[in-house]
Amino acid sequence: MSTQPHKKRTRWHIAVFLAPAVLVYTAIMILPLFGTMQNSLFNEIDKSRVFVGLQNFYKLFQDPRWSADFWNALGNNAWFFLIHMLVQNPIGIALAAILSNPRLRFAKFYRTAIFIPTILSFVIVGFAWKLILSPIWGITPSMLDAVGLKFLFAPWLGKEEYALTTIALISVWQFIGIPMMLIFAALLSIPDDVLEAAECDGITGMSAFWKIKLPLILPSIGIISVLTFVGNFNAFDLIYTIQGALAGPDFSTDILGTFMYRTFFGFQLQLGDPYMGSTIASAMFGIILVGVCIYLFAIQTRLRRYQF
Amino acid sequence: MKINHLTRGLMLSSCLVVGGMAAAEEVTITIESWRNDDLTIWQDKIIPAFEASHAGIKVKFTPTAPGEYNAALNSKLDAGSAGDMITCRPFDVSLALYEKGHLAAIQDLDGMKNFGPVAKSGWSTDDGSATYCMPMASVIHGFIYNKEAFKEVGVDVPKTEGEFFAALDKIKADGNYLPMAMGTNDQWEAATMGYYNIGPNYWKGEEGRLGLINGTSKLTDKPWVDAFASLAKWGDYLGDGYEAQTYPDSQNLFTLGRAAIYPAGSWEISGFNTQADFEMGAFYPPVKNAGDTCYISDHTDIAMGMNKATAHPKEVKEFLNWMGSAEFASLYANALPGFFSLSNHDVKMDDPLAQEFVSWRGQCESTIRPTYQILSRGEPNLETDMWNASVAVIKGSETPEDAAARMQKGLASWYKPQQ
Repeated sequence: MSTQPHKKRTRWHIAVFLAPAVLVYTAIMILPLFGTMQNSLFNEIDKSRVFVGLQNFYKLFQDPRWSADFWNALGNNAWFFLIHMLVQNPIGIALAAILSNPRLRFAKFYRTAIFIPTILSFVIVGFAWKLILSPIWGITPSMLDAVGLKFLFAPWLGKEEYALTTIALISVWQFIGIPMMLIFAALLSIPDDVLEAAECDGITGMSAFWKIKLPLILPSIGIISVLTFVGNFNAFDLIYTIQGALAGPDFSTDILGTFMYRTFFGFQLQLGDPYMGSTIASAMFGIILVGVCIYLFAIQTRLRRYQF
Repeated sequence: MKINHLTRGLMLSSCLVVGGMAAAEEVTITIESWRNDDLTIWQDKIIPAFEASHAGIKVKFTPTAPGEYNAALNSKLDAGSAGDMITCRPFDVSLALYEKGHLAAIQDLDGMKNFGPVAKSGWSTDDGSATYCMPMASVIHGFIYNKEAFKEVGVDVPKTEGEFFAALDKIKADGNYLPMAMGTNDQWEAATMGYYNIGPNYWKGEEGRLGLINGTSKLTDKPWVDAFASLAKWGDYLGDGYEAQTYPDSQNLFTLGRAAIYPAGSWEISGFNTQADFEMGAFYPPVKNAGDTCYISDHTDIAMGMNKATAHPKEVKEFLNWMGSAEFASLYANALPGFFSLSNHDVKMDDPLAQEFVSWRGQCESTIRPTYQILSRGEPNLETDMWNASVAVIKGSETPEDAAARMQKGLASWYKPQQ
């Protein structure tokens, strides 16, 4: 016994140091998550809480009205995500590539200016853009008028066909700093020897970006895609501040977050339904989980990593 | 152990003494409300008036933002931390609170004798056996207009629908003023200021509303569709880009003098009085043919109930009884022109615009908003559907017939008398 005293001793300090984070995270994240999932298996029948199994999910996917709302929200959410992937991330990468050019002047100023919207509150961004685009007081109509393009103006936020895209682009404007910063950091970490070696082989300028830098930052782009995916499918704030809980016009900007909020807390005369609300929240969790798993197992494992 | 017991006993008794003394001195009761706009009026006028005549009771008014009120109140009531008095939304939202046992039945209070059955209907059970909130005020729908604009363009106050649209055409042709200030961005305006405003003339007020509840009439019947058809014509008279115009935008357009007519609820009066520097008038929703009976939406909007879990039921009842008095009725109606007392007291109001609105009660038949009683209990929610349909009809993206059919289908899917 006394020959191996060290191996037997419990290393309490690990538990002690981990405890605060574990406790806080459990209390405010894990417990509510499981509480919500549990709630989605119950419903109120005759004023008492009754276990109903997967009936709520059945209702959400099979009831014509619930499923129409759900698929509408999911479709809108997918479009919201697609706009971010097609606009935010490529522009973010391009900005980072330009900013990492050592010959660019005022690079720090641009970097800060582009990043600032990201730290603004959703409420400020929402109201500022609502005013900018307002057909009555906004500066957009007069600015377009000044360059003779007034005919291009429409009350974008009020039209079913444009509203969601408009809000997605506002969100892109707000968050473009995140991919830019992450890619910028990734580009800085590429050692100069690699680029110099490439230069000796005659690869410079644009082809250096496509052939050397881009493959090296692919893992970062993957991370950004996952962050965008999780962020978009959890989104709620911007739509709520711009269009309210009804996500108008005619639910054309309704995404899973606003759909869940409206169901859970109720709206105007509609009474809140915590059980169906939890069901939607659980479905959102499932969607995000599946999306992240696809990335982790199907994409990330195939990415080639380079060690320097 | 003995000492322990002794000290415990001493501490307990001293606590009791202190507690007892405080109770003898004064009791503080708090009010939950969504009317954060009225905070100063409660603090400066209503509460001092009550406290002056009721020594020993202190009242605190603690409002929440309107949009968060229902959700916040529900969580507070469930957690047992809600105030002693609860401001009641009309009909089902409060009925649900009563059925859950959060609101006490107060139909036997003396103050309740000053209210008629219509006033109480907003806060009574379906069979009328229990009333759980003391009615406070109703709001009346109509149109507020810019008197100077009408004079300048040369139009008279319209009495019939023909005159109404002729006036709108003339204002539009004149070009100086926007004919009507309303947007569809926030959706509720289209239904509340539009459909519920002009509709009662079509469905004959209570007759049509009760018909829906009893299942004797349908939303696809002529009156309901015709009201949509009339609303559909509004799109031409709203401002450029009205699709993205919000509620505050519309208010500002009117008070800045850029629009001639504002489809309104009487709650706008106090705000408009301080914002607008031109003379305003009001007219009730125009009738189809001259001489027809007019119907107005005189909607029971706000009341006050007692939290069943309150620690001071005696004091709360005293306050509620006082709310039924003529003193409160006159105080409230004058402090908040546009919120009209529901009591039987003869309330004198000073504000001319408010007088104009309330005078319609003598000329027209009153009704309330059609979706509020019973019909918005199920899924899909009829109120939300009506907002949506009113917007679609104004924009022209749905015909009046299609919109009515869609609402009827939604209602019939859960409401037995309509099946």
